[in-house]
Amino acid sequence: MLDLVNALTLLANFVLIPGITYGSQLGLGALGVTIVYGILRFSNFAHGDTMAFGTMVTILLTLWIQSLGITFYPLPTALLMVPFGVVITTILVLGIDKAVYAHFRQVNAPPVMFVIASVGVMFVLQGLIRLIIGPDDQSFADGARFILRAREFKEYFGLSEGLSIKVTQLMSLVVTFLLVISLFWFLHRTRTGKSLRAYSDNRDLAQLSGINPDRVVLYTWILATALATIAGVLYGLDKSFKPSVYFQLLLPIFAAAIVGGLGNPLGAFVGGFVVAFSEITITYAYKRFFAYLLPEELEPTTLLQLLGTEYKFAVSFLILVIVLLIRPSGIFAGKSA
Amino acid sequence: MAYLNCTNLTAGYGSGNIITDCNLYADIGKVSAIVGPNGAGKSTAMKAILGLVNLSRGSVILDGNEISSLSPQDKIAEGMAFVPQIENVFPSLTVEENLEMGAFLRKDEITRSLQEVFDLFPALGDFRRKKAGDLSGGQRQQVAVGRALMTQPRMLLLDEPSAGVSPIVMDSLFDMIIKVANSGIAVMICEQNAKQALEIADVGFVLVQGKNRFTDTGKNLLANDQVRKSFLGG
Repeated sequence: MLDLVNALTLLANFVLIPGITYGSQLGLGALGVTIVYGILRFSNFAHGDTMAFGTMVTILLTLWIQSLGITFYPLPTALLMVPFGVVITTILVLGIDKAVYAHFRQVNAPPVMFVIASVGVMFVLQGLIRLIIGPDDQSFADGARFILRAREFKEYFGLSEGLSIKVTQLMSLVVTFLLVISLFWFLHRTRTGKSLRAYSDNRDLAQLSGINPDRVVLYTWILATALATIAGVLYGLDKSFKPSVYFQLLLPIFAAAIVGGLGNPLGAFVGGFVVAFSEITITYAYKRFFAYLLPEELEPTTLLQLLGTEYKFAVSFLILVIVLLIRPSGIFAGKSA
Repeated sequence: MAYLNCTNLTAGYGSGNIITDCNLYADIGKVSAIVGPNGAGKSTAMKAILGLVNLSRGSVILDGNEISSLSPQDKIAEGMAFVPQIENVFPSLTVEENLEMGAFLRKDEITRSLQEVFDLFPALGDFRRKKAGDLSGGQRQQVAVGRALMTQPRMLLLDEPSAGVSPIVMDSLFDMIIKVANSGIAVMICEQNAKQALEIADVGFVLVQGKNRFTDTGKNLLANDQVRKSFLGG
């Protein structure tokens, strides 16, 4: 019995909690992608680097107020600076929209032109980020580190396995939930939110109802950029900030958005968890888990790992391939045909 | 002069003109019907009035004001409303949300207008929380007209309202169109279903190859042998 509890604690500590954390972060990222896809009708490849840019701005502001001696203990100081990071990044993104995407909207370009343009934006953002903050790892998490420490948990319950919950982990989950709830409230209860959904449903009819497309575009970018920046900061606090990692996050984020059905916010959120848990359960080494459950003579000698962690992106790819083959419109039937 | 007066409308997609020198008009409280064979330019004429198709020549005068140079949105603000033939609802929005979107530009309280639409289409009241995309063709058409009415138009343009609707529903749809006109709105419809459209029309325009062939009251057109033989199947 104790072995079973130990085994489950082990799984909770190394699969469940990291999965929930990573899933919330991916879900937020995927929400941004799916909103741009649903309303502006293109896959925004610059989303990962928008996340990186927003995080970078937040880090720089955080370093600055830390140097003034301001902190936000027990929460990370960066949390205070997120709103400013969002505002500055939104200004940049709106500038990009005016300089790049507005032209393609004007000439009614096909979606693929927007996608290619967004790849260009992605490269420019990458360069900009490396110019400003450099390509290296930045750790900017401060404040209290743990809500629940593994050692305390072990001693309290008399187990040999510990369970730890980091502040950043709980924060990811709580912030994501609050954001998702307020996003849904906005989209379903406010006049502006409904107009965004209407525009996403049927552009021509939206215009015939007097909905101003420029306004819709403006609100869409504000929403997507806010989601991207917050997702980026949460991820950076939980792990660390490295520009190239944010670019690589694009793959699991798109996988999450596509699994849920592109253009469907609820789907993107759920998709984030699907991808996160697939990645973690497939790359986790189950040796110790089974060591608890099986009799000693059957104890596994190998790591019992389905796939090395260096292959974790293969999981996203695999999910993408499977979804596109079996259910191209995603679990919740998005807009992609 | 008529409430909506369109003269010498010439328009088309790309280089060629689909309609040439069309003259159409509509009056408050009356139904105007544009009928004609397939490809006669009925829909194009209507879209040209709204500016959804570029007008190369001609004038559109609404309530004495020349509006042909306004964008479709500005024409909506001037009191025109349009119900397209296809894709005329927001499928993932509920019936009530569809109607609310129709009232997007209005600043006043819309509960009364909502109630008026539900009075006009009692079936919709039962489905107000249902997604418009899940409704039947006839119900969707009602949502579409309801959305247009929510803009409080003086001029309502309907493109093929009977398309994709069962014959029974069609009858009630035409009854409803008369009701809408009687409530003080100028209604213009273009219809494949020429006979039924002319029956309810105060004035009918028979278009052939993008030009006016006959213009008369609906009753006279129905009685006209030539019209009957060529367009109404005897």
